[in-house]
Amino acid sequence: MFRNVAELIELAESKNCKISEIMIQQEMDVTGRSREEVLGFMDRNLRVMEEAVLRGITEDVRSHSGLTGGDGKLLQTYIKSGKSLSGELMLDAVSKAMATNEVNAAMGTICATPTAGSAGVVPGTLFALKEKLNPTREQMVEYLFAAGAFGFVVANNASISGAAGGCQAEVGSATGMAAAAIVELAGGSPSQSAEAMAIALKNMLGLVCDPVAGLVEVPCVKRNAMGASNAIVAADMALAGIVSRIPCDEVIDAMYKIGLSMPSALRETALGGLAATPTGRELEAKIFGIPLNEK
Amino acid sequence: MKYKSVFDIIGPIMIGPSSSHTAGAARIGRVARSLFGRKPKYATISFYGSFAKTYRGHGTDVAIVGGILDYDTFDTRIVDALTIAKQEGIEVKMTAEDAITDHPNTARVIIGDETDRIEVVGISIGGGKIEITELNGFELRLSGNHPALLIVHNDKYGAIAGVANILAKHEINIGHMEVSRKEKGKEALMVIEIDQNADEIIINELNSLPIVQQVVKIHD
Repeated sequence: MFRNVAELIELAESKNCKISEIMIQQEMDVTGRSREEVLGFMDRNLRVMEEAVLRGITEDVRSHSGLTGGDGKLLQTYIKSGKSLSGELMLDAVSKAMATNEVNAAMGTICATPTAGSAGVVPGTLFALKEKLNPTREQMVEYLFAAGAFGFVVANNASISGAAGGCQAEVGSATGMAAAAIVELAGGSPSQSAEAMAIALKNMLGLVCDPVAGLVEVPCVKRNAMGASNAIVAADMALAGIVSRIPCDEVIDAMYKIGLSMPSALRETALGGLAATPTGRELEAKIFGIPLNEK
Repeated sequence: MKYKSVFDIIGPIMIGPSSSHTAGAARIGRVARSLFGRKPKYATISFYGSFAKTYRGHGTDVAIVGGILDYDTFDTRIVDALTIAKQEGIEVKMTAEDAITDHPNTARVIIGDETDRIEVVGISIGGGKIEITELNGFELRLSGNHPALLIVHNDKYGAIAGVANILAKHEINIGHMEVSRKEKGKEALMVIEIDQNADEIIINELNSLPIVQQVVKIHD
């Protein structure tokens, strides 16, 4: 069983196989399930992600609070106008990441990757890349195993909980996972996946979890948007041959330690950051019908 | 390692909006329900830390009650769980506590009826994964991801051997095991995570051991 990214890369290189394959084999070993079962479970997760993306970009999804919804769809319309500055693939990923999180905020059905609050980044990037790289269904399933392998290391060596480690542990982890999986899908090497993860996560360090009114909406939906774009840029950098000066495992460790030193007000308590801004407080009062001075 | 499966990371399939505060809460409620073994008449739930501050926004309240109603994380009835619980005659009380707990996402669930009552403390550690840390005052660590046996027994020599012998005879493999007690020589709790579901015959055999007071099983 691999315990860190270095071991994961070494395993993939020594067996001359993809990171996703190492994850599939480990899952079979740990659970005693057959290859078909393991792939089947992941395919079911993929289907849920696909449905959530589709729902978010086509339907008029709105959360109960009214804070979020419809932005993924809005961005699709903008892409079609042909005027976008950052390019179709990038904005498509951003739109699909937001779409997933808008469905999540509306208490729709999603697949946590690695959490619900950060569920947009991995599928958002995948379903945007699908348009450009035309992967097989099997390769799309592998994408999720590759992302899962890196998430597995983060979850065991640091945290994937906003309450424990801030948003860097949620959208940050998801961004690193997606960056690594993009590299594999685009034909990069296992070590390039690790570089992409490191580059992506480095740029998410310190990100706090400060949801307005404690809802997984503001700023979560837009943080997934930026996570998706960050993941694609980091993957491109790694594919170009750029390496992270700080190794991936040390970046993960830094993320963990930053989380430990983060005050509780910035770890999913809705007591600090954006949640504590005048507008954040006003929205909270309105949503729950509690007068501001009683907060 | 806390996370053993890739599906702890890519998954669960769930109703939004939060894996820790919605899916995790539903799982804590559901483990409490399966420990109790039937529909309770009342549920008293206390939230701590981030759960206490944000449970309304995250739907933690509907999710944990959904779990008590035996709903899985992806069951869309979770959204209406509070109304359904009321219709089914379950009296639900919920409080947000100020006390600081070891883990920021902690819930204490007391469920019961006229004849029985159990008290469970669960933590939601991220991505929908949970641990049960306390049962009726006993400290333990239970993931709820594997079938498990919880055995209340006399704190006396031979208890572990007696239980292990029965499991060995039925070719049930133990994956993880813990024993805890509140006081030396009194009541103790064995928590055994097993690789296969234990059937009724095994439960009856375990119950027939003089040293065993109660056996509860949790399915996968």
